[in-house]
Amino acid sequence: MKPLQLHEFFSLLLAGILAATVGCGGSGSSTSNSGGSTAPVNNVQTITVNTGPTAAPPLNSPAINEAFTSVTVCVPGSTTNCQTISGILVDTGSPGLRILSSALTISLPQQTGAGGNPVVECLPFIDGFTWGPVQTADMTIAGEQAKNLPIQIIGSATFTNIPTSCSSNGAEEDDLASLGANGILGVGTFAQDCGDACTLTGSNNPGLYYTCTSSGCQVTTESVANQVANPVAFFTTDNNGVLIELPAVTGAETSITGSLIFGICTQSNNALGSATVYTIDPSTGNFTTRFNNTTFTDASFLDSGSNAIYFLDATTIGIPTCTGFTFWYCPTSTQTLSAANQGANGASGTLNFTVGNADTLTGNLTIGVADGLAGPNSGAFDWGLPFFFGRHVFTAIENQNTPGGLGPYWAY
Amino acid sequence: MKSTITCAIVAILTLPISLSASLGRDATSVQEDVAKMQGALRTSSGDSYTLHEIQTPTGVAVKEYASPVGKVFAVTWKGPFHPDLRQLLGPYYDEYVQAVRTQRTQRSGRGPILIQHPGLVIQVSGHLRSFAGRVYVPQQLPASMRVEDIR
Repeated sequence: MKPLQLHEFFSLLLAGILAATVGCGGSGSSTSNSGGSTAPVNNVQTITVNTGPTAAPPLNSPAINEAFTSVTVCVPGSTTNCQTISGILVDTGSPGLRILSSALTISLPQQTGAGGNPVVECLPFIDGFTWGPVQTADMTIAGEQAKNLPIQIIGSATFTNIPTSCSSNGAEEDDLASLGANGILGVGTFAQDCGDACTLTGSNNPGLYYTCTSSGCQVTTESVANQVANPVAFFTTDNNGVLIELPAVTGAETSITGSLIFGICTQSNNALGSATVYTIDPSTGNFTTRFNNTTFTDASFLDSGSNAIYFLDATTIGIPTCTGFTFWYCPTSTQTLSAANQGANGASGTLNFTVGNADTLTGNLTIGVADGLAGPNSGAFDWGLPFFFGRHVFTAIENQNTPGGLGPYWAY
Repeated sequence: MKSTITCAIVAILTLPISLSASLGRDATSVQEDVAKMQGALRTSSGDSYTLHEIQTPTGVAVKEYASPVGKVFAVTWKGPFHPDLRQLLGPYYDEYVQAVRTQRTQRSGRGPILIQHPGLVIQVSGHLRSFAGRVYVPQQLPASMRVEDIR
């Protein structure tokens, strides 16, 4: 490690001071509500961590550590042609609302692209992809509304021929069994799922958006404004990010409830207070985590959509994986470990977390919540939902202003 | 400079076309991947393997490790999106997809992929805009090479 230069020392010091003094709604700092003189709206949505919509027959496959909520979607401009859908996964690791076609009973307008043909999206996830048309909805959650929001309808019966370039992303996740939820509410740090890359032509385009005709689907350019977007950025108020509050958990529980609160420093219930702001790399959406002798530089992230803390491997940390669930750790007794997170702004902080025996924690199939659930990971440090237990975690959207600075960042 | 680029393009265009792809196959299939991904190739040789690095126009860095006898035994990728995994994993692609499906039916949940079959190891992590993957055939690793060297 190279010695710290004086100017580096002072910039770190300054970052530390800034991180320690930002806040809003507290003493000495002024709060600027983006809504001006308008009355505050209800910005609190209840979220539940439980075994979820896959637990019931015929799937009988209970979820663990997944936070669910419900959203209401309406045909744009309508207040009656609406549907409320539950079992929607709250995911700070992706942007945009995606709903299973099988869970949707109303008919939403289809987005069209070149030649007036329907636009269909292929969204890559870690292990696969979702495929389905881009449609437009007015989305309501708590008292907030995202009007004319482009969303993805997953697994629509209208577009069943998946182009090879899309299906080459891995496993298809277009039904309840493979998606594990009726939909995904992506409220992460990105404002859209693709961004500028999908506006490019030819081989520079990563191929997330297609236009389809009866003879097949072709990759198309998709303007940023038309892309499937983080609904929070579409709100008229409380639109700069979200705060997730979940209670502390010890061991395993059947269910817990918490809050998804919209806005950062926009109302009295979403002040940063004493939280430290960790800015992240705006292109990757990562910050840095140091664990023992391993540093995950620009390869660590907070993700409410991951169901455990995934890091390193059994040999390196000296904790065996489980015999059946080889993707989780199974220590003989619960271990308390320590790691340090560092933002791109130099802010850093150490935290403790636990690794419990996953066989013990998840053995009872009524269990939907488990602190200490952790597993191996290659190349990244994934702070999944157990990180959120007992914390107030802010996710600020890219290019959005907050009293804690410009997004993207996490604060806790 | 211009002549170099022309040569590279000619080289790609004149290579024989084969239907299968890289992992577990001959190192010449690397050129098919380059063509499919429309990427730029850089090749370097070590004592026990040859490393082919492909940079795609969408910002994905792909690495293919080939043994001295010219067989690709490991591939990695890092970038905002996945590369064409059907192309990259070739005959192992279907095994990968099936293994993911099996893992997802066990205590339903989302997270990174870790598949450890006797003849295939697959590790995929990250999230949209920041994916990383590592796939290798353990039996085909050169004796002098450690798994940690595949990065």
